[in-house]
Amino acid sequence: MADPKIRTTDEEQPVAHPLVARLREGVSNAVLASHAFRADVTVIVPRDELLAVCRFLRDDAELRFDMLVDVTAVDYLGRMPRFEVVYHLYSVPLNQRIRIKVALEESDPRLPSLVSIWAGANWLERETWDLYGIVFVGHPNPQRIYLYEEFQGHPLRKDYPKAKRQPLIGPGSANAADAGIGPVRRDVG
Amino acid sequence: MSDKPESGDRVTQDVPELPFEPLKLKMGPSHPATHGTVRINLKLDGETVQHAEVEVGYLHRGFEKECESGLYYQVFPYTDRLNYVSSIINNVGYALACEKLFGFEVPERCQYLRVIGSEVSRMGDHFTCLGAGAMELGAMTAYLYVMEARELLWDVIDVMCGSRVTSNYVRIGGLSEDVGPEFPALVREKLGQVGKLQQDFEDLLLSNPIFRQRMEGTGNLSSDELIALGVTGPLLRAAGVPYDVRRAQPYLVYDRLDFDVPIGEHSDNMDRFLVRVEELKQSRRMVEQCVEQLPGGPVDIDDPHVRLPGKGKVFTRMEELIAQFKVVTEGPRPPVGEVYRAVEGANGELGFYLVSDGSGKPYKCRARSPSFSNMQALSRMLQGAMFADVVPTFDMINMIGGECDR
Repeated sequence: MADPKIRTTDEEQPVAHPLVARLREGVSNAVLASHAFRADVTVIVPRDELLAVCRFLRDDAELRFDMLVDVTAVDYLGRMPRFEVVYHLYSVPLNQRIRIKVALEESDPRLPSLVSIWAGANWLERETWDLYGIVFVGHPNPQRIYLYEEFQGHPLRKDYPKAKRQPLIGPGSANAADAGIGPVRRDVG
Repeated sequence: MSDKPESGDRVTQDVPELPFEPLKLKMGPSHPATHGTVRINLKLDGETVQHAEVEVGYLHRGFEKECESGLYYQVFPYTDRLNYVSSIINNVGYALACEKLFGFEVPERCQYLRVIGSEVSRMGDHFTCLGAGAMELGAMTAYLYVMEARELLWDVIDVMCGSRVTSNYVRIGGLSEDVGPEFPALVREKLGQVGKLQQDFEDLLLSNPIFRQRMEGTGNLSSDELIALGVTGPLLRAAGVPYDVRRAQPYLVYDRLDFDVPIGEHSDNMDRFLVRVEELKQSRRMVEQCVEQLPGGPVDIDDPHVRLPGKGKVFTRMEELIAQFKVVTEGPRPPVGEVYRAVEGANGELGFYLVSDGSGKPYKCRARSPSFSNMQALSRMLQGAMFADVVPTFDMINMIGGECDR
């Protein structure tokens, strides 16, 4: 399974990149760590500052990150903290990119929703909830997006077996499937 | 039509107001006028769309989970099936992300061939979008013209990689195969025919008043809102924002090619259509330039830890035999790190986010697909529109289920 030696953040020296420096100026305590592996500027921010950081990134005249390109998570099973939520931002007027990461403990995988800042966060956060089980507090429609509501678990977590089957549809809660009632049983593994 | 009674109208105020309930209509997931597996839950007031809720996910098949369980080079066939109408662009995007992670560049000839493959794929994708969009508004003849053009483009892809739709063409550090000396002449011949077909297509359609009335002024959304929703590609350019990854952050040899980024001004379905029509011409220009400039030399990098050595060497020399065995069974190993690499897909920014733990398998392989973000805007575009606008608006978003649902 996971290699606890995975390091995606500490192998490079903290960079004095202008974007990071500007963010440090604008929001105090905003930057826990930063790196620029292969020139991708990356900033790790504390969960409590996420909204302030993102609002500053969008509104500051030198940053102007007006597009939320992508939201996803990474499950570092076996590492503390276990999850990282990853945001990729792009500035259309200034043609620059930045990556924001927030580390989350397995016991409390919650962070504020960014729908109020970028409307495009809506589906991306629903997807991250669906596949990783990250809770976005304040999301206007916190439903699964790809899978059905009865689906048990979050399949992109590293401890979800790839071969696991669940009933495809219908009243197939876990109990119904175990009792052999409901739709065709498909849990072969 | 939804004529609300107003005072002074024929309907007078002494008529008691009847209880009103919106008509709920579920469109899809398999609807003859939508080329894509998606369901749109509409609330209609007469023929006006009060609310449109878009449900995606019918084609979800666990792209990321599948990628994480294989080696880096085993992901390519899955990328074919993201946007299955322009699969080479997906191949190229994933390969560039891997190469950024590994930290090398491919030879020039390979870069040119990747651009040719990408632009030919993009033309196929745009033709499909425009033709199917026209057909779903009743213009069957125009559809047949562009399908013939797409067949010709797929002939080019067939020559490049041996298959027409799911190309599986690009490799980390190279291509599956090189093209022969007859390739430039073949491309020029096919492009000439494609150009004529495109002209016929435009002549058939663009002066048709029925077509124009259904496209003009429908599906509008302001550029600010599109950007906030993460919409990219022809949809955003039709709103007047000249964002194109090929121009903003050039990759491969796009910075050596002479091309324009067409933009619209009304952000309606007609502009989205016309932007794609113009992009077809620009893609043709780019391919012509690439064929002109195509240099000689190898297509693969010379690194036995990444790219398979030639079969001649594998069968005669020990070192190369070992290298082949290692590359196939263990796969190339990138350094620990994370990268995001975007290319301009047919529908917008297609990005791959890779996280490496130093092993031969991607720890995380995320595809940022343009269709997913673009589909999110559909609900806003349809708010307050007429019911008949649903089909052209959906068509111009050009949702590709494979990459939207992954």
